[in-house]
Amino acid sequence: MGITNFVETKILKVEGNLELKSGKTLSNVEIAYETYGKLNEDKDNAILVLHALTGDAHAAFLDKNNKPGWWDDMIGPNKAFDTNKYFVISSNILGGCKGTTGPSSINPKTNKPYALEFPVITIEDIVKLQKKLIDYFGIKKLIVAGGSMGGMQALEWAIRYPEIITNTIIIASSARLNAQSIAFNAVARNAILSDKNFNNGNYYDSVHPEQGLSIARMIGHITYLCEDAMLKKFGREFKGDPSFDFGIDFQVESYLEHQGRVFVDRFDANSYLYITKAIDYYDPVEEFGGLQNAFKNSNSRFLIISFSTDWLFTTEQSKQIVNALINLNKDVSFVELESKCGHDAFLLEFEAQTKIIKSFLKEEA
Amino acid sequence: MLNLNYKIVCSLIDENSSVLDLGCGEGNLLRLLRKTKNVKGLGIEIDENSVLSALQKGLSVVQKDLDKGLDEFQDKSYDWAVLNQTLQSTKDPELVMSEMLRVAKKAVVSFPNFAYWRVRFYLFLKGKMPKYKKLPYEWYNTPNVHLLTISDFFEFCKKRDIKIEKSLYLKRHKVASGFLMRNIANFLSEEAVFVISKN
Repeated sequence: MGITNFVETKILKVEGNLELKSGKTLSNVEIAYETYGKLNEDKDNAILVLHALTGDAHAAFLDKNNKPGWWDDMIGPNKAFDTNKYFVISSNILGGCKGTTGPSSINPKTNKPYALEFPVITIEDIVKLQKKLIDYFGIKKLIVAGGSMGGMQALEWAIRYPEIITNTIIIASSARLNAQSIAFNAVARNAILSDKNFNNGNYYDSVHPEQGLSIARMIGHITYLCEDAMLKKFGREFKGDPSFDFGIDFQVESYLEHQGRVFVDRFDANSYLYITKAIDYYDPVEEFGGLQNAFKNSNSRFLIISFSTDWLFTTEQSKQIVNALINLNKDVSFVELESKCGHDAFLLEFEAQTKIIKSFLKEEA
Repeated sequence: MLNLNYKIVCSLIDENSSVLDLGCGEGNLLRLLRKTKNVKGLGIEIDENSVLSALQKGLSVVQKDLDKGLDEFQDKSYDWAVLNQTLQSTKDPELVMSEMLRVAKKAVVSFPNFAYWRVRFYLFLKGKMPKYKKLPYEWYNTPNVHLLTISDFFEFCKKRDIKIEKSLYLKRHKVASGFLMRNIANFLSEEAVFVISKN
């Protein structure tokens, strides 16, 4: 084993206001972030990794509780994102609940948590805030990489800041959700909104809407798996003998219940509402009148990866991005990786991804 | 030793041009083109493992089925298209050829010649589907579902107003160029390489 690397999440206090897409503004915004590796003198060896719906700034190395980051398989010395060479940055998104300003943060105007006073945010706003972190480091050239909702942020970076993005890696993602995925998010939000403890979002000093949030998480987990993965993981296995009541009988029920239960301890229900809404709203195809127009000024190289059994962010959706880039004669690579893991594959199938990303980045010099 | 076919294809492509390699496999030819001719290249390949190998060579590759056409590419957006040893394994050669000539100014096409004398004698004497180095498969597992001959190719191009700009015939380790009589070339050549275009 090599040397164990530890990391601590830091906070950047952003000066000035953050103007949001909705027309509203946020002040006293803070960003929680971690960095791995060293920024070089020319400040052109940075990679920003972008987390998915419920992720956080802790992407790699061990935190003080010895917990590895969510992409630790991919970030580190000699890994896909090689910290011997690159300065890797990860931050919690706007609207989140892991250190960056979100609905659970204190509203400076009321000295109470924002709750639903928090303005509705978009992927554009999330990226706009990340730009402030990148500017804080004085970074001139940037590589962006993310899976799922993180891929949407990477896409937004390439569209919005073409002058600094050199390489864009988009994994198991899409330029916009289809009706099916919006529907799942809608059901998840409804579960939270209809929880008896929701109290219009003002639950911070009493019981949280745990039931609603855990149901939302269960729905999420169904969409992250696929038929194959469920069959392999659970089949029709019972936990014990049939109960002949409505308790938990099947392994798959037990799995979902567990995922729901552990989630409420680490995530804020209001954040879940805001972030899923941001994902639903994102649509550069509509905004620019076609992806071709959105990518017009980009000089980035692109690597797009999809997974064969991912039905939440499908290969067809990845191909929509690829086709727009081909049409513009941009430098693009695309592969659909065979996997039995559904959408979850982007966090699990790291061997193939490592090979591809490593060779992709090797060329960027 | 360098594959003769690769050498010939490389010699036909201009320096610093843009190249679309249709059915690029593991990307060996594209890598060679990049090294020797400094081309800006994109490979198209359907097989996942081949795409992975090509990506690991640092090439730009898009996984895609050629038989579905090249809709997303603009007209004449590449200087060259290369269809190297691939035509005979496409399901829809007509579509692939017309799409290739739409998106590229010129194209290099190569294929094993099914009228090569050894192939003819194999079928004639053994009465079985020909098998040799260039066609190593059995009838039931061959990817070559549209085998053709040099004469077939000329006829195909003539009917569609495709201009044959160069023709090169390969026989073992030798190359003969286009002034050979077509019927003789068709008999003697193991493989043919053409430069074609269509306005």
